[in-house]
Parts: sequence; structure tokens; C-alpha cells
Amino acid sequence: MIKINQIHKSYLTGQNSLHVLKGIDLNIEAGEMISIMGASGSGKSTLLNILGILDNYDSGAYFLDGIKIEKLTERKAAQLRNKMLGFVFQSFNLVSFKNAMENVALPLYYQNVPRKKRNLIAMEYLDRMGLKDWAHHLPNELSGGQKQRVAIARALIGKPKVILADEPTGALDSTTSLEVMDLLQEINANGITVIIVTHEHDIAKRTGKTIRITDGNITEIIVN
Amino acid sequence: MFDLDRWQEIYHVLKKNKLRTFLTAFGVFWGIFMLVIMLGSGNGLERGVTQNFGDMATNSVFIWTQQTSVPYKGFPRGRNYFFTNEDVIAIRHSIPEIKYLAPRIQAGGFMQTNNVIRGLKSGVFNIMGDYPAFNKIDPLNITTGRFINDLDIKEKRKVTVIGTRVVDILFNKDENPMNKYIQIQGVYFKVIGVFISKRTGEQANQENQNIYLPFTTLQQTYNYGNAVGFFSITSKDDIPVSVVEEKAIRVLKKRHSIAPSDESAVGHFNLKKEFDQMQGLFFGIRFLVWIVGTGTLLAGVIGVSNIMLVVVKERTKEIGIQRALGATPWNVISQIITESVVLTTFAGYFGLVVGVGLLELINFLLGSSGANTEMFVHPGIDFSVAITALSILVVCGVIAGLIPARRAVSIKPIDALRYE
Repeated sequence: MIKINQIHKSYLTGQNSLHVLKGIDLNIEAGEMISIMGASGSGKSTLLNILGILDNYDSGAYFLDGIKIEKLTERKAAQLRNKMLGFVFQSFNLVSFKNAMENVALPLYYQNVPRKKRNLIAMEYLDRMGLKDWAHHLPNELSGGQKQRVAIARALIGKPKVILADEPTGALDSTTSLEVMDLLQEINANGITVIIVTHEHDIAKRTGKTIRITDGNITEIIVN
Repeated sequence: MFDLDRWQEIYHVLKKNKLRTFLTAFGVFWGIFMLVIMLGSGNGLERGVTQNFGDMATNSVFIWTQQTSVPYKGFPRGRNYFFTNEDVIAIRHSIPEIKYLAPRIQAGGFMQTNNVIRGLKSGVFNIMGDYPAFNKIDPLNITTGRFINDLDIKEKRKVTVIGTRVVDILFNKDENPMNKYIQIQGVYFKVIGVFISKRTGEQANQENQNIYLPFTTLQQTYNYGNAVGFFSITSKDDIPVSVVEEKAIRVLKKRHSIAPSDESAVGHFNLKKEFDQMQGLFFGIRFLVWIVGTGTLLAGVIGVSNIMLVVVKERTKEIGIQRALGATPWNVISQIITESVVLTTFAGYFGLVVGVGLLELINFLLGSSGANTEMFVHPGIDFSVAITALSILVVCGVIAGLIPARRAVSIKPIDALRYE
């Protein structure tokens, strides 16, 4: 599903260049559930951003489901993100003035699905998350766990091939963290590739494989 | 384009900071409001002044006698002379470019004692001797009866056409003046027509006190011999009136032994020249109004652009989220431009409505107060100008949104997402 060869990435900060990724090779098969661990500044978030086509890389090659991701126009990148990828963020990143249902429906809005139809689909996904009764609530009326479940529903509604989760439990207490992990595992069981960036060992242990990144290199791959 | 989510987002953004939205909108509102008020007032002024011309043919020239200022052919300077009936014939024959030629003679009326009497009523009025052609050059609004015609001239009939003010003074309220007789400077004339001036204000009052007699009748009745007071001349439609003016003056100078170099012996007034000057003035006013108006409008639009930049900056993260979820740059750009257009168009439309409303109110007040509005008649703007202003607004809205929108998509999605 995901294949990257010798990815390099450096950031220019003023006069200095910061070499963040120093030649990463990684192969992730369809249906895998992977966690990426590393100290802050190790490059794990950068790697996830490159995988999510939110950021570009300097050299190497990245194939997503056989498509070479290289020098895409913003338009093409947006379409790929919309169709292939689902994002789950630490801070949920729900749109504050849209209610839960409209937030879930957002990816379909960008596919020009008519409002009625996309809201109907969004209700289905919210139902699956057990949030049907909360569909018309704004994000600030929901608890952290509920917000993250809305975000996961939103990530799923476009029927993506890969879910990218950046510290999905970072802002949640342990009970809701477990619930969210149950959800992600369930999603994975349905055949969707899941990649989680985390620094919690409990979370990492629940994935099939843990990749440890240190100073821009993969130093360890642990099969859980 | 018409998805509810788009409008929901616009509503949210505009509502989020109401005062800011209001002040920004006010900039545009004020711009278009000023433009409408200034254009409308300019139009009012123009209408007022042009109405003072009545329906007068603008390609007219008026010629009268003055004292000579250059000795010539044995005559001294400072000589008085009169135009005559023969001059009329000579001018008509030698200048084919003339459309209407109306000689006129005036029989007193200026600052005199009562010169017109009917029974126990009397008044002071201007007595004019005219040809039918005069009503073509400076038309009157004949309310009943008719103006002087060729037969009146030929038969020297003792008939008269009088103004409404004359009727008011000489006749009882419900009396019909038609075919009644009035005594003008000792001679009885039959009323065959009543008119009302096409001018406004004081000029109209003046004209409504006029009494018109057939030219030939007046000449004979009051012993003017063959003297002519002055000429009103209109040129044919495709010929500049200055050509006729020059030729007529040349003919008259020759006939009355006036030096060709004498500039002051023949008095003349070219209405076309005056009219053109006036037109130039109004063009200047309109030009200035558009410069000032569009300048104000531009300031308002720049305000919108500025605020949109702030909005885009505030919403950087939100835009980042949208882009992560698959919003294309075009989605983002069109959203921001729609916001900008909605803001400018609403504010501008409001300014247009309030501006037109105020003009209408002024109109109403001017009308109902009966004020002397000689110089300011029916202020207002054309529908086409309003449409033009609105289209300018929409275009301005697009331009105002363009820069912020480009800024919004120039940031990489990941930087936008990380933005706090």
C-alpha cells in the first residue's frame, strides 16, 4: 500500500538547514496496522505528513497504492488526500461552526456530493460511532472522546485506503484512549491500513508493528 | 456554488466579529452612498439649469442694436440706429442657412405705470410684437387657444396671446379669458390664446407676465414705423449657428453703414456658445464626481481586502483542516472571494438604496415645500448608472478577495495545520 525509498527531508531555518529525515525506507502492506514511535524531534511527524501528502520531500520516492507521489499540483494532492487518506489529529481539528454531522460530511462536500445525501451518509457513520444523538451538536458541546470519534467518522466517510493518526489519544484520558484504540482496531479489521504516530507504549503495543525512529533514521522495527 | 455549507461559512465568518464586519461594510456603503448622492445632486443641478433654458432651441443667436463705436463713411461714433423691416427681408434672402428668423419689437412694460387695463383691473406687463416663428425658437406652452399665426401678421389683426399671470390679474377666478378683450396701452385686443412658461422659478414668473401681439400689428398700432427691436435666428440643423451669426452681422453692418471693424455696434448673444460652456461645466462636475466617488469606493474596497486578509490569517488553521480533508485551492479561493463579494455587494446595495432614498426624500421635500428650486430640479440617478455602480462593486469584491485568497492557498497545508 505504502512504499517509500530513501526519503530525505530537511527544513531551512534561517541560515541553517535541519536534516530531519535521513533516508527512510519503509514498506507497509494493505491492511496492516503500524505504529511509529520516537522522541520529539525525531522526525516521526514529518514522516507522517509526507505520507499524508501534506508536506513534500527532498529526495527519494513515495508510492501510495502504486501512484508515485511526486511534484503533484495542490489540486491533485487535495484530491488524493480526499479519496485515499483519512486524518485523525491529536487536537481533533473539527470545524468549530459546523455541527458533528456537518463535520463528518465535510470530505464529501469537497467531492460535490449533494448536501442531503452527504448528511445522510454522515448520520450513518455517526450512528456507527454511537453518536447519533449528538449529530446536531457543535464541537464545543462534545467531550474529548466524542470529538475524536467524530473526527474518526470524518476520516472514514471518504472510504480511504489509509488512516493516518497523529497522536490520536494524546489529548484523551486512559479510558477514552482505550475506546478510541478499539475503534481504530475495528477499522483495521475491516481492511483499512492504519498508521498511528504515538509515544505511548500501551498504544503502540496494540498495533501489529512498531517502527522506532531516532534522529531521522529507522532504528528498530518491532513486531508486536 | 449554491451549497448551503458555503453560505453557512460566510455567515459564520461575518458574524464572528460583528463590529469589524459592520465597519468594513460601512466603508463600501459610504463609498457608493456618496457616489449616488453626488451624481444625483449633479444631475439635479444640471436639470435645474437646463430647464432655465426652457425648450429654447440651443442653436439660436439673438441680435440687437447698440451705439456705434467707430466713425465710418462720414458718420461719427456714438450713433444710434434701428433695424428695419427691410433688414428682415435682406437677411432672409442672403442667408440660406437660416431655419427660423423671428424679428421682435417690444412696446414698453419695463418699470412703467399700468399699461394694460380690463374694466376695473389693471397691471404692468411686457408687450412683445412677434412672428409665429418665435414660438419655434423659444417655445411656450399654449394651454388654451393658439399662438400668433401668419394670417394675424398679414392682416395686422388686433389679437393677443397672454401669460397665466396676466390672466390671474385681469380676469376673475372662474372667468374664461378666451375671446375677451383687454385694453393694451389704449387699444383693445382680443385674447386668442393663453400660455404658461416652460421655464422654472423667477424666469418663469417673468415670462408668464408677457403679452404677445402680432409683430406687424404692434408696429402699426404704436407708431414704430418699420423699426425692428431685435432678431432671434436659428440655424438649420446641420449648420453651426456661429456661421449664421457672422453672416447676419455682416449683412446688417453693411446695410447700416457700420465699420466692419466695429465690435460693439451690433449686440449679439450666441446661445449655443453659452450652452456649450454650460455643458463643459457639467462634464467637469460629473468627471469630478466620478473621481471622488470611485476614490471613496476604492478606499472602502481596500478596507474589505484588508479585513479579508485578517480573516484569512485568523482562519489559517481552519483552512489547513479543510485542505487536509480534500479542499482544492479553488475551493478555498472561491470561498474567500464569495465572502468578499457578498460583503461588498450587500454593503453597496444598501448604500445605493439609502442614497436613492435620500434623493427621493429631497425630491419630495422640494416638491411639497414649494421652495424656489430654480437651480436644483429633480435630483436623481439613472437606472443604468445604478446598475453600473453595482457591477463595479461586484468586480471590486472579486478583486478585494483575490489577494487574501491567494495568500490563503500559498501556505502549505501542513504549515496551515500547525498554525496556532
